[in-house]
Amino acid sequence: MNTEIPGIVLMYLAVVILALPLGRYIGKIFCHEKTWSDCIFNPVDKLFYKLGGINPATEMNWKKHLAALLSINLVWFLIAMFVLTNMSWLPLNPDHNPSMSADLAFNTAISFVTNTNLQHYSGETGLSYLGQLSLMLWQFISAGCGIAIAGVVFMAMKERNAGKLGNFYCLFVRSCTRILFPLAVVLSLLLLFNGTPMTFKGKTLMTSLQGDSVAVSRGPVAAFVAIKQLGTNGGGFFGPNSTHPLENPSYFTNILETVAIFLIPIAMVFALGYVLKRRKLAWTIFVVMTVGFLLLLIPTVVNEMNGNPAITRMGIGQPMGSIEGKEVRFGPAASAYWAINTTVTSNGSVNAMHDSLTPLSGMNALLGMMVNCFYGGVGVGFLNFYIFIILAVFISGLMVGRTPEFLGKKIEAKEMKIAMIIALLHPFLILTGTAMSSFLYAHAPETYAGWLNNPGYHGFSEMLYEFSSASANNGSGFEGLGDNTPFWNIACGIVMLVARYLPIIGPVAIAGSLAAKKYVPESAGTLKTDTATFGLMTFAVIAIVAALSFFPALALGPIAEYFSIY
Amino acid sequence: MKPNTNNKLFQSALVQEALKQSFIKLSPVKMFRNPVMFMVWIGTLVMAGVCVWIAAGEQKQGSLLYNLIVTLVLFITLLFANFAEAIAEARGKAQADSLRKTREETPARLENGHTVSSSQLKKGDIFVCEAGDVIPSDGEIIEGLATIDESAITGESAPVIREAGGDKSSVTGGTKVLSDKIKVKVTTEAGESFLDKMIALVEGASRQKTPNEIALTILLAGFTLVFIIVTVTLKPFADYAQTPITVAAFISLFVCLIPTTIGGLLSAIGIAGMDRALRANVITKSGKAVETAGDIDVLLLDKTGTITIGNRKATNFYPVHGIGEQYFVKAAVLSSMSDETPEGKSIIELAGINPSNYQINQPRFIKFTAETRSSGIDFDEVKIRKGASDAMRNLVEKAGNHYPQETDERVKTISSSGGTPLVVAENEKVLGVIELQDIIKPGIRERFERLRKMGIKTVMVTGDNPLTAKYIAEKAGVDDFIAEAKPEDKMNYIRKEQAEGRLVAMMGDGTNDAPALAQADVGVAMNSGTQAAKEAGNMVDLDNDPTKLIEVVEIGKQLLMTRGTLTTFSIANDVAKYFAIVPALFIASIPALQGLNIMRLHSPETAILSAVIFNAIIIPMLIPLALKGVAYKPIGASALLRRNLLIYGLGGVIVPFIGIKLIDILVSVFI
Repeated sequence: MNTEIPGIVLMYLAVVILALPLGRYIGKIFCHEKTWSDCIFNPVDKLFYKLGGINPATEMNWKKHLAALLSINLVWFLIAMFVLTNMSWLPLNPDHNPSMSADLAFNTAISFVTNTNLQHYSGETGLSYLGQLSLMLWQFISAGCGIAIAGVVFMAMKERNAGKLGNFYCLFVRSCTRILFPLAVVLSLLLLFNGTPMTFKGKTLMTSLQGDSVAVSRGPVAAFVAIKQLGTNGGGFFGPNSTHPLENPSYFTNILETVAIFLIPIAMVFALGYVLKRRKLAWTIFVVMTVGFLLLLIPTVVNEMNGNPAITRMGIGQPMGSIEGKEVRFGPAASAYWAINTTVTSNGSVNAMHDSLTPLSGMNALLGMMVNCFYGGVGVGFLNFYIFIILAVFISGLMVGRTPEFLGKKIEAKEMKIAMIIALLHPFLILTGTAMSSFLYAHAPETYAGWLNNPGYHGFSEMLYEFSSASANNGSGFEGLGDNTPFWNIACGIVMLVARYLPIIGPVAIAGSLAAKKYVPESAGTLKTDTATFGLMTFAVIAIVAALSFFPALALGPIAEYFSIY
Repeated sequence: MKPNTNNKLFQSALVQEALKQSFIKLSPVKMFRNPVMFMVWIGTLVMAGVCVWIAAGEQKQGSLLYNLIVTLVLFITLLFANFAEAIAEARGKAQADSLRKTREETPARLENGHTVSSSQLKKGDIFVCEAGDVIPSDGEIIEGLATIDESAITGESAPVIREAGGDKSSVTGGTKVLSDKIKVKVTTEAGESFLDKMIALVEGASRQKTPNEIALTILLAGFTLVFIIVTVTLKPFADYAQTPITVAAFISLFVCLIPTTIGGLLSAIGIAGMDRALRANVITKSGKAVETAGDIDVLLLDKTGTITIGNRKATNFYPVHGIGEQYFVKAAVLSSMSDETPEGKSIIELAGINPSNYQINQPRFIKFTAETRSSGIDFDEVKIRKGASDAMRNLVEKAGNHYPQETDERVKTISSSGGTPLVVAENEKVLGVIELQDIIKPGIRERFERLRKMGIKTVMVTGDNPLTAKYIAEKAGVDDFIAEAKPEDKMNYIRKEQAEGRLVAMMGDGTNDAPALAQADVGVAMNSGTQAAKEAGNMVDLDNDPTKLIEVVEIGKQLLMTRGTLTTFSIANDVAKYFAIVPALFIASIPALQGLNIMRLHSPETAILSAVIFNAIIIPMLIPLALKGVAYKPIGASALLRRNLLIYGLGGVIVPFIGIKLIDILVSVFI
């Protein structure tokens, strides 16, 4: 019996079953309600507040929240830059790895600060353990910031809640200690028991079956991988990320990691329902996200399991499906599932080579990042979705003859301006980035010959993928792209930076501005946002915006490749 | 003459004027107001440049003919969009002109005996009008009473009475005095009347974008920006794919993608909204007021005239125990002899007795005053009084007489069944009770039902006591009522609803309504009302029809919906246009992309031409819809969204596939 399909169905069901109670728990954390974890973490949090000189009871408005988030990020960015450019002489470097060049350190620091974890280096040779640990800390901070800022937007969306948005430092500390930390401990222990190493010792020697002796890199991998997946970070400890047998040793750890990738992004949707006391709204959003996810997933699984027709034409059977670039222990279905899973959530860890996906699967992975809100990154995925809700509310409000309102607040020119800028930003960054690289390559192919391993449509997809990944703060790579050059390091660095912070600032500004508005009670004429019709509308807006922005680019990349193979 | 209600959309005179305007509006200053169409304007210029370039010998841009056709189609697109705006303006203007005709030059006789032309009248001037005169200007009667034929404005042939003081003191220029003589004070400067303001709004001189229009323009500008990015980045993409793309193809792709359909029709929709209001004989002071009307949550309606037909009528006589029916009826008739109110007359009507049949010596009539709240007649030793129950109880008990229990009960029964009781007393002793009944307008219940489905709460305002008010409220199907309402009660109610975040509309005519009219989000003043009321409201109803608010709400909703649905349609169209143009751009160098040419268009050139031609002709095809507005059906917001999403969303995806294919078949015959 084919167990591949039941395997991925099981992985999806498991995550939904876990996300429901977790969502309620996160909601309670945001609302400062009693939970089981209080007795453990109240003293811990108090210690943090005392060390940081924070009064968690101080109320902040949305501008102060943003200022707090940005200053936390700036300070840690500078520390990360320092560590990465100086780690060769700093402690915890048993393998004597060198420090990073300035442009690579810039790219890497930004990449982790922004929850992208695009890696233009390989962990085994590019980082000391201190470097790895500082990046691991970053995986907590960037994910914690994402969850906390989503919490701020949730609070702002509450009815008749003018200005009461809580304290950012408090939300941030609670997100890290009470949500990320316990989950990371559980997951890293499970990984540890299943073969992922956890040590500060340097490389070890192994004698292979052929009798050669191989130096095997190791390190504090289990802890690193746990937060990499839970915080939708995706930065691998080793270069090959979760395809590496020490990061992801077995089908079981693959299940654990797949569940971990989805867990918090889905739970955030249910947390919204809990905080707003609007469970139906949460379910509507969940269904829209799920439909989008499935529309990307199903063709991908089918394509990968069917194999590559070009190979079939060569007279080679592919009973296992398209297995190029995949790990045999996972198989094509679980790899396809992961490919979509990691791109829709802005996680970016990989368990297969995305460069080797069949054309349409590659396109679906691209689309996952281009849409970037079917579940999305922890916290920020919802913020992206929120922008589309605002657009959908506006258009559908007009369609029913009423000035648009969302959760009792009128949406006017100011909100539309912000929503439009944010919705535009993503296509702008992806398309102009890809256009720049295409331009350079097209006009001086010999100078940039090192960039593309594959010419033609696939090379175009590689460049498009890199910028989509940077702009979606995803971090996965199509690979096949020579990306450790100043152009890619700096261009992607800037894209990641802009694509991280503006889409946080925008929704928070909208939510803050709406929260300050007068509450309009619902009447029979009000368009309900928790209905299937409105869900369909939101989906249509997301699909149309993505299709209109990216259709020509996709036509020249994966679609052209598809028609030339099939 | 009733204002032109001709619903024919394109009258030849208007079309001619609009065609002329379409060219005048090509001026860049005017085009700049509309970012979407301005982009098309630039595109047309660029294409014209390309044509010159080709004529000068450029080889790589395709044939001159093909480029000329593209340029021409773009130019026509601009004209179509301008035509849409111009025809809407022309229709609005024609409508306003037909009203303005009523106020052509008329001689005005001033108080001091001089006669001047109406255009020379200044604010504050006082003129005199007698039977047969046409009133030269809007104003307020300061002396006298007259019957006036207002049919020129309202289309209603029955004459109305206007008199100095009170709430019916306004007269409108162009109406005709039928009897008596009045002195009128001019209230507005020439050229500043509401009608003049309205005409200026329609003509665009003072038309400002409403907040909603601004938000929509941002959305459209956003989509335009997306497509600028898409088109500009396509050039390096094409370089990478080693595909040369002609300027014509770039411009065509861009123009097809930006939302030209809604961009071209946007201002026409706004003007048509005001025009529809004008056709309903409502003058709006701003476009915003019409839009706000669509958002109204609470509607304050006066009972009399809106919910019930005019006035109450006497329906029953109830003498107290021990008083003969005939005796009581006689007293009731006598007490109403000098009562000129419709209620008073209806008592005599019900009795069926001519009061002059009674032999009365030296009657003295007692007029109704606010203090006594009763009226009546004194003759010989007899004093008959008729009034509200509490006033009569005071009168009776003050004289030391017993106020009968059964009267008390009768009063309550009548009140609770929606009637108004009037107690009649002779020499401070109760004789009995007259029952007056309100008659609820036929069909009003259904209208309130419709409002409820729109999500609008209706509130009845009445001077009746709470029991009567409750009964009528239930019978008419309103959601709430304000009984024994004083002007400040309305104001307080509006403030309370607004504090809870609702938008309130009301209609009023009196000076004491003015503060509430100003406070309400939509205040509709009756044209017959006082100048103060008209200044305070943001709309004036020429028909003085209290149910007009309901129409205004629907006009507002239609306006918003027309914008929303056409935006959706416009953006949904892009899917098909992509499938037409993108394969056409790349097919030469990437034959594999033939797979995307799902419409099987004839050649890249015909594909691009078909797309731009479709993009152009969809504008005039939608003008009728833009002018008439999308039909509003009160079926609940979600159902309405489903319906419009299906028609304009899904329709917007499918229609261009069919349209472009058909045009392609036609075009490929010629090329």
